[in-house]
Amino acid sequence: MEKELKLMKGNEAIAEAAIRAGADGYFGYPITPQSEILEYLMEANPQATTGMVVLQAESEVAAINMVYGGAACGKKVMTSSSSPGISLKQEGITYIAGAELPCLIVNVVRGGPGLGTIQPAQSDYFQATKGGGHGDYHLLVLAPSSVQEMADFVELGFDLAFKYRNPVMILSDGAIGQMMEKVWLNPQKKRSEEILPWATTGKPASRPRNIITSLDLDSERQEKFNLKLIAKYREMEEKEVRFEEFMTEDAEYLFVAYGTSARLCQKALQLARAEGIKAGLLRPITLFPFPKKRLNELADRVKGMLAVEMSAGQMVEDVMLSVNGKTRVSHYGRMGGMIPTPEEVVENLKSFIKG
Amino acid sequence: MAEITFNDIIKPENLAYTKSKLMTDNVMHYCPGCGHGTAHQALAEVIEEENLQSRTVGITPVGCSVLMYNYIDVDFQEAAHGRAPALATAVKRLMPDKFVFTYQGDGDLAAIGTAETIHTCNRGENILIIFINNGIYGMTGGQMAPTTLPGMKSATSPYGRDVSVMGSPIKMADIVAMLPGTCYVTRQSVNTAGGVRKFKKALKKAVQYQNEKRGTCFIEVVSNCPSGWKMTPVESNKWMEENMFPFYPLGDLKVPAE
Repeated sequence: MEKELKLMKGNEAIAEAAIRAGADGYFGYPITPQSEILEYLMEANPQATTGMVVLQAESEVAAINMVYGGAACGKKVMTSSSSPGISLKQEGITYIAGAELPCLIVNVVRGGPGLGTIQPAQSDYFQATKGGGHGDYHLLVLAPSSVQEMADFVELGFDLAFKYRNPVMILSDGAIGQMMEKVWLNPQKKRSEEILPWATTGKPASRPRNIITSLDLDSERQEKFNLKLIAKYREMEEKEVRFEEFMTEDAEYLFVAYGTSARLCQKALQLARAEGIKAGLLRPITLFPFPKKRLNELADRVKGMLAVEMSAGQMVEDVMLSVNGKTRVSHYGRMGGMIPTPEEVVENLKSFIKG
Repeated sequence: MAEITFNDIIKPENLAYTKSKLMTDNVMHYCPGCGHGTAHQALAEVIEEENLQSRTVGITPVGCSVLMYNYIDVDFQEAAHGRAPALATAVKRLMPDKFVFTYQGDGDLAAIGTAETIHTCNRGENILIIFINNGIYGMTGGQMAPTTLPGMKSATSPYGRDVSVMGSPIKMADIVAMLPGTCYVTRQSVNTAGGVRKFKKALKKAVQYQNEKRGTCFIEVVSNCPSGWKMTPVESNKWMEENMFPFYPLGDLKVPAE
């Protein structure tokens, strides 16, 4: 079976990739700008072909708890939403992290706070990378910057979720969700029939009963569990950091940007170079774990870093922590659904250089 | 005729009631006289008698029965407060041959989880919901529940539930019985041997309807809370019969056509 080339919206690519990755279930609730995911799946009706369950829940809260129930059976399950809906899902997400279950959550971010706007933004970075719900935990966060990556990160996300028994989030935005690009799709994978040893699938005589819970009333045991989670996150920081570099070899100034912002920084980079400014770009692909080490290395040889985000300045804090004072760090961002132009990014780089 | 002694009575061959093999040896955390232990035992007996252990997935709530998974030897998932029916929905949809039940209290099912309860029943998910209604939040120390009776005192209705400001108790069984997705809705009790036998009978019917995939089964158990009600177990059962049963009458609210 060969890959297939299609022209698709980012949201549709997520849905199609989920079917092809052999997902067992999708549970969602409509919200702009990501409703195409649920719509596409309902129309594709994979229950009839692969057996994948697709269900429209009564709320985002119910949808994430359906994901919890399905994940607890060892199934490949996912949900998607946009910012206000992701806030509602935070309760379920912290339980899933606390019960050490694998699942995939897609956030097609829109501007906030509150109902905000339906236009693209990157203002959920803190929520996605620092936990989001209560308690000490992290999601593994993937940030696609193309429709191709929307598709690719579905399968990658499931693989990482099961590898670490941890929820994985695809942190996208309304621009990548809505725009159409060509995308190479993987051939259809068969759904797994493997029964995982920890999953609640009915207790056979051969094993003790499986209990999926995030509760432990014994503080000493709970702390041990917290330490186990931290060890897992440290392992992710060792093994799962992903990023991409553009013209960093001789760069004097570095853009740090992910997703949509990284795409327009690629253009800004060309414009700056044309004016004789040696600019480069580091695009984090994993936002947690964050490419701290690489940024710290680059801090030794650049004169400054400019974090470009469609937010009031969130990722810039991780950039500052990564370079730990070695070089100047600043932020440029637009909010409320506004997308900066490459020209205004270059103008801001110039004023950053002036100091 | 020889006189029957106490030691004769407790011989294994003379015991009419024994502990279900599916009840673990873990010491229960329930207060003396509480109905949860009895309801657990009846459920364990039915799972054992119907040979369901290897295909049962239970979902526990947040509330007094949060630790139910310590007591019955089947696979369990522990849900967030009120969300058990959402978990159960996914479990059943993904593994349609399993026997899936939730076990929830009144705060869990009738307050914070009202939406999940109603929509799960409305979709007619093929699961069994067991609803323990004791009219109070037991685990958190006796606060007012959505099912607390009018005038009933609790930690958060210290002068009695004033329905003009606190609303009236909600009758969940009546509500879900109206939904086309439910196939069997009944209200039972476990405070007498006869009540337990009827509850077990209801559970067995629910198992049958689940096997036949006829829709959602909903069994309410009107129960007591001696600690929350600040009564002895005997007083609490008497109070329940005199006050709870008239408001939440026992019996079937909906049975499927044969």
